[in-house]
Amino acid sequence: MTPAGPLVAVRDLTVRFPVRHGMVEAVRGVSFRVDRGQVVAIVGESGSGKSVTARSLAGLAGDGARVGAAELTFDGVDLREVRGRAWRALRGRRVGFVLQDALGSLDPLRRVGAEVAEPLRAHRIVPGRQVDAEVVRLLGEAGIPAPESRARQYPHQLSGGLRQRALIASALAARPDLLIADEPTTALDATVQRQVLALLRERVGDGTAVLLISHDLGVVAEIADHVYVMKDGLFVEDGPAAAVLESPSHPYTRTLVGAVAGHGRGARPAGSAEPRSAGTAREVLRAEGLVKRYTLPGRGEFTAVEDVSVTVGAGETLGVVGESGSGKTTLGRLLMGLLEPDAGRVLLDGRPWDGLRGAERRAARRGVQMIYQHPLSSFDPRYTARQILEEPLRADGTPREERDRRVASLLEHVGLAPDVLDRRARELSGGQRQRLAIARALAPAPQVIVCDEPVSALDAPIQAQVLDVLTDVQERLGVAYVFVSHDLGVIRRLSHRVVVMKDGRVVESGELEKVFDHPEHPYTKALIDAVPRFAWRSSGVSSGGSKRGASVTGA
Amino acid sequence: MPRSLWPWAAVLLVLAVMAAAPSLFTGIDPDAADLDAPLRPPSAEHWLGTDQNGRDLYARIVYGARPSLLIGTGAVLLALAAGVLIGVAAAQLGRVADQVLSRSLDVVMSVPGLLLVFLVVAVLGPGGGTAAIGLAVVSMPGFARVARGEVIRLRSAQYVEAAHGFGWSRAQVVARHVLPNAAGPVLALATVSLGAMIVASSSLSFVGLGPRPPTAEWGAMLSESREFLALAWWPAVFPGVAITVAVLAVTFVGQHLNRRVEGRHS
Repeated sequence: MTPAGPLVAVRDLTVRFPVRHGMVEAVRGVSFRVDRGQVVAIVGESGSGKSVTARSLAGLAGDGARVGAAELTFDGVDLREVRGRAWRALRGRRVGFVLQDALGSLDPLRRVGAEVAEPLRAHRIVPGRQVDAEVVRLLGEAGIPAPESRARQYPHQLSGGLRQRALIASALAARPDLLIADEPTTALDATVQRQVLALLRERVGDGTAVLLISHDLGVVAEIADHVYVMKDGLFVEDGPAAAVLESPSHPYTRTLVGAVAGHGRGARPAGSAEPRSAGTAREVLRAEGLVKRYTLPGRGEFTAVEDVSVTVGAGETLGVVGESGSGKTTLGRLLMGLLEPDAGRVLLDGRPWDGLRGAERRAARRGVQMIYQHPLSSFDPRYTARQILEEPLRADGTPREERDRRVASLLEHVGLAPDVLDRRARELSGGQRQRLAIARALAPAPQVIVCDEPVSALDAPIQAQVLDVLTDVQERLGVAYVFVSHDLGVIRRLSHRVVVMKDGRVVESGELEKVFDHPEHPYTKALIDAVPRFAWRSSGVSSGGSKRGASVTGA
Repeated sequence: MPRSLWPWAAVLLVLAVMAAAPSLFTGIDPDAADLDAPLRPPSAEHWLGTDQNGRDLYARIVYGARPSLLIGTGAVLLALAAGVLIGVAAAQLGRVADQVLSRSLDVVMSVPGLLLVFLVVAVLGPGGGTAAIGLAVVSMPGFARVARGEVIRLRSAQYVEAAHGFGWSRAQVVARHVLPNAAGPVLALATVSLGAMIVASSSLSFVGLGPRPPTAEWGAMLSESREFLALAWWPAVFPGVAITVAVLAVTFVGQHLNRRVEGRHS
């Protein structure tokens, strides 16, 4: 043991994967170090090789991966020499893992307590009799309320934030020296994200080192000491977090920072849609006193949406803010007429859904379209991009010659090249897929598009592009959006008016500036406070939308 | 298709041609008895020997391909058609229909398969067609359950929801998106069942519930050979080999096709 040396030292790490013809080099020679009690972040877009780099430290680079390095040590142990059993002694015991998808990382058939107990038992951290008590202590330490009863529940009974905290408790159970956190907060809402970051920071105070993998610069700015920026398998820039984020020197870092700054603080880009007050635009969608309840087997009734009334004007964006479970998605489906409300009604263009039957109702459906968070699952896997775009046109009986013209103009609206048409959706990039989803939603010439977290699965620069497409399309075609998101930056950038939802109710609503700059409800205040503060806020880097000045974090 | 599967694919092709046009393979009448030459061992004149009635075994195996393979194939196709229909109906027609259909399937599945086949054959009278129907009744619930499960899974798929948004009717959405995407697992079950059904149909013939004699059928030929097993091995071995080879060919090629389909969907 050499407490003085770095905990992790990596020099010239390369990771290659065999593909059908030869090898692909995912990591092309990176060097970094992690010291005890330090948070080191690797940032970059998905596919940049950041996850593979981190996983190589635990021998989990992947099937068939060839890992090479001039130096690869963990606490003085040469990881290049470690094989089989020896890895198991390291994993869990010395190196803990927290992954993005907590539901996928927890065994659905095991109680949360058993999951946390596993490393304790596997590495005999505490005597068998004390395992249960230790589990409860760990869960409590991770900020889980009522840890005794939570330990007896299954992962699906926990909210996303609680699951992520349980996973962190499990990763920290054996008191590892290094915690590898791969996008630990990406799936979480702002307030939960803040709690998870606080938990990580606390452990760093105890001497644990954290290797943070993220594409979210807000998170990185909040807790990282040192940042490496990764692109195409190489580090393009590194340095102390504040320095890199405040004055990025590499153009790629500037794009990353710019994209976040743009969506984090800019209001709607200047010149897009002159300010309109509610009521001046013609109303296209109105919901009155919507209520939707679900009966849960053995657990009584659950109210997803309680007395919600909203209106959307033509060409306007209504932002719907709230954490997961706040009823946002149910509201979206009610507005589309895909769900029947238990009380209240939805009017599209003055006509209520419940007055429409059969063919009339099917025709009216075309007036409200949807863009999903994961576009890939909203496309028939057998279809090419052309078939995807043609389908709504076939459905409304557009003649063949007309269809080709419409498809071409749809592609043009969303900035896709015609050569994507013969590819299947899974062969397209994340950004292209979401553009395709926007184009398809536009095909039936709807008045309203419900966007359900449309950019939350995308990297920051791509998010910015897709949001630009949405804004651009709205200006050109005058379509209205109901924009559902937990990301306040995104909501701020696109919305004219917002409603804030909590537990199925609207707790606050009004003009964007009013709600964001002068929140009245305590919950809205907490949400806005919880957005990670961008350390470089004062710097001049932004993507043009910052003239309105007001920052998300408020005064 | 990998090289190692080529021989099996060739076997399947030969069997198919044999079933379609047996006269291409032999000029001998499979039913022509030569009472002067019973139980002759394989020779230049009778390649696979003769049976107890002096009938040429090679010709009988060639002509037996059609009934032997057709019953199993027919059973699978019937089960597939009926099962998909019932499964889709259960998934699409609401809770009451689902309960009625699903519980009825449970009842069918709870009756031992052999008993059920005997029952069907007893009611309809023995023969190739009734054997196929009997086997189809037994295997239909499996298809119905897989089809129902797939349709329910796909019903809530986002692309199905999106298709409703384009204004298609429910039947159109099912035809355009649900059925094509449900086809993979259902067809996988069909190819896996085919081998089992061929064995099952031979077994039915073996106990006399298949095509009536003197129709040449591999299972029936096995059955007839039993009494003379001490005197002659060839009437038992060659039909047995025919069944085994046919089932192996169907299984190997079917598994390969399944993997191809899975690969395309994932």
